[in-house]
Amino acid sequence: MQINVNNKPLDTQAATLEMLAAELSLPAKGVAVAIGNKMVQRSLWAETALSEDMHITIIKAACGG
Amino acid sequence: MMNSKLIIAGREFNSRLFLGTGKFSSNDLMARAIEASGTEMVTVAMKRVELDDAEDDLLTHITKNPRIQLLPNTSGVRNAEEAVFAAQMAREAFGTNWLKLEIHPDPRYLLPDSVETLKATEELVKLGFVVLPYCQADPTLCKHLEEAGAATVMPLAAPIGTNKGLRMKDFLQIIIEQATVPVVVDAGIGAPSHAAEAMEMGADCCLVNTAIAVAGDPVQMADAFRQAVIAGRMAYEAGLGAVGDTAEASSPLTAFLNS
Repeated sequence: MQINVNNKPLDTQAATLEMLAAELSLPAKGVAVAIGNKMVQRSLWAETALSEDMHITIIKAACGG
Repeated sequence: MMNSKLIIAGREFNSRLFLGTGKFSSNDLMARAIEASGTEMVTVAMKRVELDDAEDDLLTHITKNPRIQLLPNTSGVRNAEEAVFAAQMAREAFGTNWLKLEIHPDPRYLLPDSVETLKATEELVKLGFVVLPYCQADPTLCKHLEEAGAATVMPLAAPIGTNKGLRMKDFLQIIIEQATVPVVVDAGIGAPSHAAEAMEMGADCCLVNTAIAVAGDPVQMADAFRQAVIAGRMAYEAGLGAVGDTAEASSPLTAFLNS
């Protein structure tokens, strides 16, 4: 299916957030994921199903004051 | 001679200098500046992950010293609603409920939006965050933030990154006089003398980024700020002499030449 990750289209075979994280090789810590504007805790990734056109935001640390 | 310790939300800090991580030319230089500064509180921003980019992990450069408290900021948000979202993302990503709340929708001067900052502080405190709000040097606002449960107030000395020093000095002095939470002078501090002056006035802490990051030698400048903050605090605790309008002799005035 096609989803949208950080404002870019992405074709994925992943059925859940956990599978998407593995597909994208997300690190074990230091990132956070949101669907739409709702943060999804890592403990819920396995049970969070992806759907067509879903908008996902993935953030990590950046330099800043 | 040791200065008294800074305590924020029950946590003790050995340093009264906070460091920002923006604008350093490399992560290695940033890490060495953090070490030279002696800081135990370091800010970090958030950005979207680039899916095809394998850059190294910034956090490993920042948290080498286990005493360092990571302070994620909400830079980039335009209002309280976005700030709450950013805060939840930060808590999830970095495993800390400490937060530098900054809401500055105007890119030219990056001045904090007082109305949204107060609103966000109220909400975030209810959600269990330790909120350190970047704010205008407005004594009334600072009291409101304190009443809303802010762990500190962080009034600006001058606009972010300007290096102009304590342009808001008179108002910072009132804030320091009235505050019952630590006062962190944030933004605009451009030289160690500015930081020392803020500390001599009784500020609890200074947050510095640009002045160190863009210095000719950031590591040496970090050390200079470390010393300035210690000296300024020590002077405050020692009690500065009174300022007068007429001369007060510091040598005996006996006319020994004529005797």
